[in-house]
Amino acid sequence: MSQSLFGIHAAALELRSQRMGMIASNIANAATPGYKAKDIDFHAALAKSQAGNADGDTDAAAKGSVLYRTPVMPSMDGNTVEMQSEQLAFSENAVGYSATLEFIRGRVDTLTRAMRGE
Amino acid sequence: MAGPNSIFDVAQRGMSAQLVRMNAAASNLANAGTVTGSEAKAYRPIRAVFAEDLNRANGMASVKVQGVMRENGAAIREHNPDHPLADQNGDVWGAPVDENAEMVEMLESSRQYQNMVEALSTAKQLMLETMRLK
Repeated sequence: MSQSLFGIHAAALELRSQRMGMIASNIANAATPGYKAKDIDFHAALAKSQAGNADGDTDAAAKGSVLYRTPVMPSMDGNTVEMQSEQLAFSENAVGYSATLEFIRGRVDTLTRAMRGE
Repeated sequence: MAGPNSIFDVAQRGMSAQLVRMNAAASNLANAGTVTGSEAKAYRPIRAVFAEDLNRANGMASVKVQGVMRENGAAIREHNPDHPLADQNGDVWGAPVDENAEMVEMLESSRQYQNMVEALSTAKQLMLETMRLK
């Protein structure tokens, strides 16, 4: 239902939200020895979620597109979190989330207007 | 304890862990320069040890403090026979605290704490916007 109503944006918002959680995990683990930073390949995950014909199996798509980040400079304790990459990814993701939300808002507005018959 | 369920869990535990680390550094700084009468009793710096706390169901990972460990650096021997705590050789034993290292530790911890707050406020803003969608 939500898939037909909002098209690709429903899955995109869900994936953006999952990616936000993952990048926040990286930021939280900036000082954990041996922690490997992870990220969701958004493009691949979105393609996967669209390939499934069912009502967007976004969870599986997100899980299948998790990659480890390659550090610019590996650190001695095995931690691969680099603040600049994480902050960049987080803000990029936040902007993407806002954009997707705006698309959904537009769709909702259109439908509301149609229902009211304005 | 199971892993984090939401981004708020991640941030809360991450911030708590950083706070433990900051407190440990503060304790070390407070005890810098203290002396005792024997090598065994000298203050040893404490250090918070972090570990990943992964929730396999949703892939989110927070931090847990595995423990606060005591470092086993050698106490600094100082010859000071006039000191009231001096042993029979006239030595007192100082805490092996590196003030500079502790300051760096504190600074790094506070920066990571700030990062977490920043990320959390962005996430909160986006969630509120999603909620207000009518």
